[in-house]
Amino acid sequence: MEYGLDLEYSFNEFLKGFGLSSEIAHIIWLPLPMLLVLVAAVVGVLVTVWLERKISAAAQQRIGPEYAGALGVLQPIADGLKLLVKEDIIPAKADGILFTAGPILVLVPVILSWLIVPFGQNLLISNVGIGIFLWIALSSIQPIGLLMSGYASNNKYSLLGGLRAAAQSISYEIPLALSVLAIVLMTNSLSTVDIVNQQSGAGILSWNIWRQPVGFIVFWICALAECERLPFDLPEAEEELVAGYQTEYAGMKFALFYLGSYINLILSALLVSILYLGGWGFPVPVELIAKFLNLPINAPFIQVFTASIGIVMTVLKAYLLVFIAILLRWTTPRVRIDQLLDLGWKFLLPISLANLLITAGLKLAFPQFFGG
Amino acid sequence: MSIAITTQIICFSVLSLIILIGALGVVLLENIVYSAFLLGGVFMSVAGLYLLLNASFVAAAQVLVYVGAVNVLIIFAIMLVNKKEDLKPISDIKSRRIISTSICLTLLSLLIRVDLTNVWSLSSPQNSIGEESTIRIGEHLFSDYLLPFEVASVLLLMAMIGAIVLARRDVMTKDISTGLPVDQELIEKSSEPLLTNKN
Repeated sequence: MEYGLDLEYSFNEFLKGFGLSSEIAHIIWLPLPMLLVLVAAVVGVLVTVWLERKISAAAQQRIGPEYAGALGVLQPIADGLKLLVKEDIIPAKADGILFTAGPILVLVPVILSWLIVPFGQNLLISNVGIGIFLWIALSSIQPIGLLMSGYASNNKYSLLGGLRAAAQSISYEIPLALSVLAIVLMTNSLSTVDIVNQQSGAGILSWNIWRQPVGFIVFWICALAECERLPFDLPEAEEELVAGYQTEYAGMKFALFYLGSYINLILSALLVSILYLGGWGFPVPVELIAKFLNLPINAPFIQVFTASIGIVMTVLKAYLLVFIAILLRWTTPRVRIDQLLDLGWKFLLPISLANLLITAGLKLAFPQFFGG
Repeated sequence: MSIAITTQIICFSVLSLIILIGALGVVLLENIVYSAFLLGGVFMSVAGLYLLLNASFVAAAQVLVYVGAVNVLIIFAIMLVNKKEDLKPISDIKSRRIISTSICLTLLSLLIRVDLTNVWSLSSPQNSIGEESTIRIGEHLFSDYLLPFEVASVLLLMAMIGAIVLARRDVMTKDISTGLPVDQELIEKSSEPLLTNKN
């Protein structure tokens, strides 16, 4: 499956044409995809915030933001600007260093995880061998930042919110990792690119959602819990905890939490689409279309076409999931903390374990369908 | 010197500095919460060292297990029990410090001796496993390291059962061997009160 646009190679060849050594060309190349992904993540957040406002308004029969730009599309930018120019307050009895470090520790792992999100065969920052495992490891750092900001705020609501966030995150990490493991078992690889390629055989029919329906649901529930989205937003439950660990935060530090939670939501949606919905794959395999049109798969035109289709499909699937997450947030009630932990430990954990076991058995019994 | 090697040297020195300073902070700082967070930083830097050695799977496992599980649990426990009370001063603190310092220095000298006598360089083909290391680790865990692997899992099971027994002591009200009622307080009580004023 070694085809697809390789922008890095072409860019390096282009720079070498000016007489630069390959090392310097590589160094000039390195920041470009990172910057691009960072910009994509932030724009994705702006779109998600706008969607959230509009969909919540529709769910509650309001109009929602209307005056900032057409249909209020500039509202998130106005929000961001407001947060940017607000006074940065550190409470007098808070712990200054930890109070500042907390939001950073929450945001950085989430952004780092974008390293492994592929938008096409070569359209990702780095195809690291440990791929999806890197995301699981990085997402386990987040609770430290939440505990840190909860403790440093010197506020009982913050501390409780931080503790709840950590407990929730620890309990839902395990079924999440187990359902990813079932996918990895079928793929024989941890790399996200291999996971998508393994689903690309027969278009929509070969997507993992058909072979891993239980894993898909478990993963989606756990991803929502990890993002602290509404059926599971106990760490910041307004009625009980004011705003949880964010209570004392204002201005840019609050914006970091806000940004972190939305980037995490988009990242989770992207990963669901990569793991279960065929990633950049089109419902009908692109090779079939190329054969139908009698064009060679390596033609430059087809290459650009497949790359754009790949990006559009990835983003489309991710935003479909974001839409479902927003609808869930505005239509479901919040669970209690004991129900939350019961669901995680007594329901999702055994189910994902059984799913893993059954996947292993099916892989041995039907190697042609479940990865040999 | 090529750019790659320079980057590696810079990363190595920064990581080592963070590990040394962070580890000293973990031991020497008075505030136990700072110590716990610094411990997380040290674990992260060790993961960075593994990355420099091309062991990306080990690095990710280090982050997942030590930072994401062990350190989070340590911080969690500290925050649940962190009372703002003064600890009772220990009477013979000076002699205790001297003893612990000498033990640490002995261990350090042992490590230095290991470092100096061991032959560290490996033949080159083993050095360049890189991305394939995940598969190799799996193969080893299920062939020649199978017994230690299984024994470790038995150990974890024992720890888990122990934790459940400790947490749910109300199930057993009588001691099985002596028949006396079970003390429902903490088992590992200090022989003397640790706090200056108990209220």
